[in-house]
Amino acid sequence: MTTLEFVVAAAVLLCVSGVPALMLPARSLLGQRTTTVLVLTGSIMGLLGSVPALVGASAAGGLRLPWFLPQGQGAIGIDALSAFFLVLIFVVPALGSIYGLEYWKQGEHSGNGRKLGLFYGILAGSMALVVVARNGFLFMIVWEVMAMAAFFAATAEDDNPEVRNAGWVYLIATHVGTLCLLAMFALWKSASGSFQFELAPAMPQAVAGIIFVLALVGFGFKAGIMPLHVWLPGAHANAPSHVSAVMSGVMLKMGVYGIIRMTALLPLPSTWWGSTTLIVGAVTGLAGIAFAISQNDIKRMLAYSSIENIGIIMMGIGLALLGRAMGRVDWMLLGMGGALLHVWNHGLFKSLLFLNAGAIIHAQGTREIDRMGGLARSLPLLAALFAVGAVAISALPPLNGFVSEWLIYLGLFGTLGLDGGPGFPVAATAAVFLAMIGSLAVATFVKLLGTVFLGSPRRSGPDAEHRGHALSVMMTGPMIALAITCLAIGLVPALFIPAVERAAYGWMPATASGQALLVLAPVRWLGLAGVGLVALIAMMVLVSRIMLRGKNVRRGPTWDCGYARPSARMQYTGSSLGQSIVGLFSVLLRPRTAPPLISGAMPTATAFESQVPDTVLDKAVVPVFSFLGLQLPRIRFMQQGKLNLYLLYIVVITALLFIFGSMGVRP
Amino acid sequence: MIETSIHIVLLLVFPPLMLGVINKTKAFFAGRKGVPLLQAYYDIGKLLRKSLVISTTTTWIFWAGPIVSLASVLAAGLLLPLGPFNAPLSFVGDMILFAYLFGLSRFFTTAAALDTGSAFEGMGAAREVTFALLSEPALFFALLVLAKDSGSLSLNAMLHGPAAGISASLIAPFVLIAIGLFIIMLAEGCRIPVDDPNTHLELTMIHEVMVLDHSGPLLGLVLYGAAMKLFELGSMVLHLAVPFQTSMAWLNWILLLVELVGLSVAVGVIESIMARLRMRHVPSLLIGALLLCGSGFILLVR
Repeated sequence: MTTLEFVVAAAVLLCVSGVPALMLPARSLLGQRTTTVLVLTGSIMGLLGSVPALVGASAAGGLRLPWFLPQGQGAIGIDALSAFFLVLIFVVPALGSIYGLEYWKQGEHSGNGRKLGLFYGILAGSMALVVVARNGFLFMIVWEVMAMAAFFAATAEDDNPEVRNAGWVYLIATHVGTLCLLAMFALWKSASGSFQFELAPAMPQAVAGIIFVLALVGFGFKAGIMPLHVWLPGAHANAPSHVSAVMSGVMLKMGVYGIIRMTALLPLPSTWWGSTTLIVGAVTGLAGIAFAISQNDIKRMLAYSSIENIGIIMMGIGLALLGRAMGRVDWMLLGMGGALLHVWNHGLFKSLLFLNAGAIIHAQGTREIDRMGGLARSLPLLAALFAVGAVAISALPPLNGFVSEWLIYLGLFGTLGLDGGPGFPVAATAAVFLAMIGSLAVATFVKLLGTVFLGSPRRSGPDAEHRGHALSVMMTGPMIALAITCLAIGLVPALFIPAVERAAYGWMPATASGQALLVLAPVRWLGLAGVGLVALIAMMVLVSRIMLRGKNVRRGPTWDCGYARPSARMQYTGSSLGQSIVGLFSVLLRPRTAPPLISGAMPTATAFESQVPDTVLDKAVVPVFSFLGLQLPRIRFMQQGKLNLYLLYIVVITALLFIFGSMGVRP
Repeated sequence: MIETSIHIVLLLVFPPLMLGVINKTKAFFAGRKGVPLLQAYYDIGKLLRKSLVISTTTTWIFWAGPIVSLASVLAAGLLLPLGPFNAPLSFVGDMILFAYLFGLSRFFTTAAALDTGSAFEGMGAAREVTFALLSEPALFFALLVLAKDSGSLSLNAMLHGPAAGISASLIAPFVLIAIGLFIIMLAEGCRIPVDDPNTHLELTMIHEVMVLDHSGPLLGLVLYGAAMKLFELGSMVLHLAVPFQTSMAWLNWILLLVELVGLSVAVGVIESIMARLRMRHVPSLLIGALLLCGSGFILLVR
């Protein structure tokens, strides 16, 4: 079989992985295991197919499909760019499926276990098909399958109104995005002559620009760029954790893939494409992380942080587009390389964190971090894994998040025009935004780590204690695997850079060549510095052990400035930790607080409440939709439910089209 | 080789002396005799020999705080050129690693503070992450200016100034980012007017309050790391404030020491003649630093 056939077979296997379980009883462990085995088999097959295409062992392949639809020809293909995304698609869902064996036992979730298994597999398989589709028509079909599968997987607990509500918002948002994509492909067809994904012939700049904007908006809904992100926090928070991991770690990246693929096919861009994308990226990143720190629901925090990371990826793409417009291969390579590596990195550490969040929620029975605390002592392994994910996502050395952001930084600094070539110094200010995003990410993940794992438990009771012990290797194993990949990319980045470079060159115009990512960005040095840092820390730990030998290490209560009776409720909560930052961003975040009512000389017990709802959803989307909900029933008279009336509509429309056509107006 | 050795020795040995000079200056202004110049060394030495008390609520993160923090500050020190000499470790893009190593240090310091479960230490952690949010972008504006004027992406060349010497058009941006970096140094080095290292009123502190529960050797590491951070940011400011050098290597080392002592005196003078800002006014100062560095960048690329 060729690599492409491997990938297609893997995708089909993933899509049908949930089918055998449907024929077995709802509580059947065998059914769930069969599903997982099929997902794993499919994923390994897929990796066998996609890795060779990424390391260059096999030539890029293409395949024409027997096609029954009227438009063009069904085509699939694999190149380094597709293979790069395929690796993520075949790694994360497989690990999530193993995790699901313990996290979402069919025996305990007999009502929705089989349904979840089915749509989880379809989601993974359809994503693989999205990145190999080479025809707009086929692309839209598998894109819709993916969107619907994600809907059913995310709303597994559809007996909960909150879940249904989040799913509903997602469904509307994804279809508004699809609408933009339909318009984009229609325009693409009329400009390039076919639906095939082939390098576009020359087309007017204005048309190319409109296609680009439609792609940015349409795919932006899926990727979750601000302000099109409205569906994202709710859907991620309410989905089962391994589905959140796949949605956030992989499915958002399909939007990124779409933007990358379309900008690769379109003719030479103008500079405004790049600067727009850069601004969109900076705004998305900053607003995303500002919302993240203001939340109290662990999964909403992680979801907003995904928006932030999409912003960082968009900044890389924006830089690459600028480079494409100005003929700077180094910007293209650093921007696209950084964006692509960040796609991988975010997929890895965010799924690590979402899987971790699932285990936390299992142990604590709530998603509210201000009711947690002190988990690190009952679940030390979970805490260590979370710390790895938190350091990685805060883009701190020596882990993987830093490597990809470093590439983007280098490219952004390069826009100063240091080598005497053309520059675009305004773009360099994006580096300052990235720095601000980075320090906010540190604050956000210190808040999460500190509130959930450190200090003492904010709730007491046997309930909170004994639930903590049930952590099987099915749940920790996938997390350990993900943490190891984060360490590997961080410490030995030079191993992964060639694959990134091949994928980035796959995006560039064929004329661009002659530069090497390893030369532009000496990641070997970075890896060396990372290893050195780890060695330094290890050495200091060793020295401090030796120094403390024979010394009296006493344990006592926290000193707390001598306060005699500290209690767990007196600890700094996550909300208070983020409060001053929320204050700085209050223009954007619009926090809602209900101050405590204090009256009289001897005030009685009172309460304080604060929350930060999603500004875009609350202030823009909901008002518009409720207005439409009131106004649109007025045209309901057109919907009479009578067949003859509908036939009349068709006749009228056809007649109108004839008239317009004869007047010379052509689509 | 000799340069590298001197660099490492200076990095390891000199920082506590800066604290001594600052304290002597403050004592001079107050008309006191003050503690010995080498008091910080005695303190750190004494702390390292002591035994320690650890809170029962803490985990390994509490230990990681001082250790990872010192390790990352030390690693940052190896990337930073001192005076006219080159850093021991230098590569394209090392300035970003330099800045992010401070981030790593902050991550573990604040996490260790939260590990104690004390409200005071939580307050300190909250302030630390909030103020970093403003000082970090300012630092990056300064780095952009330095990259643009030197045409390089490595701290060595960036801090050694443009090869052709400083032209008139560079003076204004340089002055602006020098002031901005000086403010960042005061903030990150926990000095007045942002933080007061001497106060014992926990409600008003940033850095000191985060390490309330660290005792013995761990506190020693914390003090040492903080001094080293001040030393590094101070050296960075000196590159801009005193961009001169002689042709003799040994004289340059001596000049560098004199400059560092002079900088410490300046910090001491500021501490003597200024009061600590109220906590809610600190962001204004840091936004000021951000605007100074940002204006420097705009003046340069306009």
